Amino acid sequence: MKMSGSRILVEELIRQGVEVIFGYPGGAVLNIYDELYLASGRIRHVLAAHEQGAAHAADGYARASGKTGVVLATSGPGATNLVTGIANAYLDSVPMVAVTGNVAVENLGKDSFQEVDIVGITQPIVKHNFMVRDVRDLQRTIIEAFEIANTGRKGPVLIDIPKNVQIEECEYVENLRVPSVMKKQETSLNGLSQYLDMVKRAKRPFIYAGGGVLASGAEREVLELARRINAPIGLSMMGLTSVPASDPLNVGMCGMHGKYASIKTQSECDFLLAVGVRFSDRATGDLEEYTKKCMTVHIDIDRAEIGKNVNPDISMWGDVKKILAELLKVTPECPHPEWLSQVEEYKRAAVLPPAKEFGPQTIIEEVHRHTDVDTVVATDVGQHQMWTMQYFSFEKPKRLLTSGGLGTMGYGLGAAIGGCIANGRKRTILITGDGSFGMNLNEMATAVSQELPLTIILMNNDVLGMVRQWQTIFYDCHYSGTVLDRATDFPALAGAFGARGFAAYTMEDLRNALDAADQAQGPVLIDCHIDMDEKVLPMIPPGRSAKDMIVKD
Amino acid sequence: MVERFAVGLILNNRFGVLDRIAGLYAKRCYNIDAISAGVTENPAYTRMTVVSTGDEYMKDQVIRQLEKLIDVRSVTLLDPDSTAFAQHMFIKMHLTGNQRGSSKHQVLELINEYGGKIVDFGEEYLTAEITGSMEKVDSFIEKVRDFGILELSRSGDIAIGLGIENTLRVEKNNEE
Repeated sequence: MKMSGSRILVEELIRQGVEVIFGYPGGAVLNIYDELYLASGRIRHVLAAHEQGAAHAADGYARASGKTGVVLATSGPGATNLVTGIANAYLDSVPMVAVTGNVAVENLGKDSFQEVDIVGITQPIVKHNFMVRDVRDLQRTIIEAFEIANTGRKGPVLIDIPKNVQIEECEYVENLRVPSVMKKQETSLNGLSQYLDMVKRAKRPFIYAGGGVLASGAEREVLELARRINAPIGLSMMGLTSVPASDPLNVGMCGMHGKYASIKTQSECDFLLAVGVRFSDRATGDLEEYTKKCMTVHIDIDRAEIGKNVNPDISMWGDVKKILAELLKVTPECPHPEWLSQVEEYKRAAVLPPAKEFGPQTIIEEVHRHTDVDTVVATDVGQHQMWTMQYFSFEKPKRLLTSGGLGTMGYGLGAAIGGCIANGRKRTILITGDGSFGMNLNEMATAVSQELPLTIILMNNDVLGMVRQWQTIFYDCHYSGTVLDRATDFPALAGAFGARGFAAYTMEDLRNALDAADQAQGPVLIDCHIDMDEKVLPMIPPGRSAKDMIVKD
Repeated sequence: MVERFAVGLILNNRFGVLDRIAGLYAKRCYNIDAISAGVTENPAYTRMTVVSTGDEYMKDQVIRQLEKLIDVRSVTLLDPDSTAFAQHMFIKMHLTGNQRGSSKHQVLELINEYGGKIVDFGEEYLTAEITGSMEKVDSFIEKVRDFGILELSRSGDIAIGLGIENTLRVEKNNEE
């Protein structure tokens, strides 16, 4: 059947299983929006307030559902506004397809109105991108884009479609199958016998699990292996939800602002099994110290990650779930009662100052009490994000949406919108700060128009807390550019957007507001006033190791 | 240990593919000493040779990162012992003054010695074409420097494996 390029796009998106797309219209995508109008019963479009918010929503949708998130934007500024959202998905290996319109092929390269070379601009931050110059290539390109985005190490793919390609017609092939464009995923188990030697000899084993565990669905295998060899599991931020927080072997997040028990056990282990991680500098600190005392095994789907930051003694590459299944076939039971009791001791160690009655820890714990295991929690970037990692107990995979690699302030609200839609529009939590929230708060309009039940916990300390913390510790308290001096009335702002807002100064205020939020239909913002000198602790200074851990203010 | 090494690539012959390769080197902070590209016997593929300088770590990373690009069909580290390399140069030399006669004579001898060709000449200049290893091309330049070089244009290395084996093959994708 002959169809226009726009119609082919919409039909193929539907065939790829896309139910929702996030976007913002404009001149170069009018034809696509016309087809979306006609197909509105079969695919839903969510209008954002800004393309960046739409990109973060597609990202949040993808993280919460495991499906490929889709975002649509017009040419020029519409396309450039996607850039941060695409980079964010790239750094965290999130499957995303971004579709942009462009000027007609005959006008390309002439600095036409709203023309940018978005393929060139996004090249370093996509897994792959396409410019479709001929409508006959369009259907195949869309199929390839979805394959690339959600196979192997996942990531964002951009398709740029000039306006004439959207209008021109060609044959749409029902159930078109195209040859795979991905190289064969190799699996290497070369180190298996050495692995067995190491695991048998190890006295203090430690498993470091990351986002790759979630991406390959290997949560069960990791836990089973940890139980088999009696190893505590420390988690990267991207892998935080891969093991239930309540499991006794889970010691929490590793790295700069990790849990005390996690940092201590990692630093004392003699056998480090790293699964689906890329050894980010925020997770390792001083690389020399990091693996000085242990034998290291690195398992990852991306062979380029092996040896990139940490040189392991043994490496295996391929799908993490498959490799762990192979390891489970041969790994013997290895009891380590002494090591595990040491781990328990670290977990109990009361090294942190007691929590304030109304402070980060008690706020997050109270929010946690108002959720269930299926609740999706999004965060922005900064102190509130680290507090969430430390104090919110995640029991199920993919319930946390947070910007890891790129550290994108302003990610949270868009992500919460996408995550809420992916999770059947159930009440979704956003934990944010006054700095981050200020960056993309325009998406409140989207949350209201979509009637999304978001509970926004705004940790309001009138400063850019994480930067301030660094200034306090490393820059002689020179609070340069971090004192906000704003007079924003956040509950009133929420009201102005058509949402509800509450201020909280005490635990009782917070509880009442949370109760009200549970009963509300749409978004509710709770402005929690906390002290500007609250710190995220423990902290390992950048480039240092566990022995330099700061635990007290 | 830092050394020069060459990577041979077979790429999908698509718009912007050179940009993807050069961009990857740039963003990962790997330098490119020389690059050359051209379509292969099969017009669907482009063959590229990239010469860089780096240590073992960089060599390994370059190859692993290149392998991930969708338009890269194969990546091969070209072993200098089993690969023929060549560069191509045009060089325009100025022949002036009283010594014109003798310098012309010397230059012609050099071109002959280097197996080069004369592509153009006039009263006061001579343009030669020299082909060979980077070292050979470098040494020709050094020898004619004193005569006066008006301009030169040289390519990066192109490379091909020695023996009957095909060193760079198109790798099949998942389902092919």
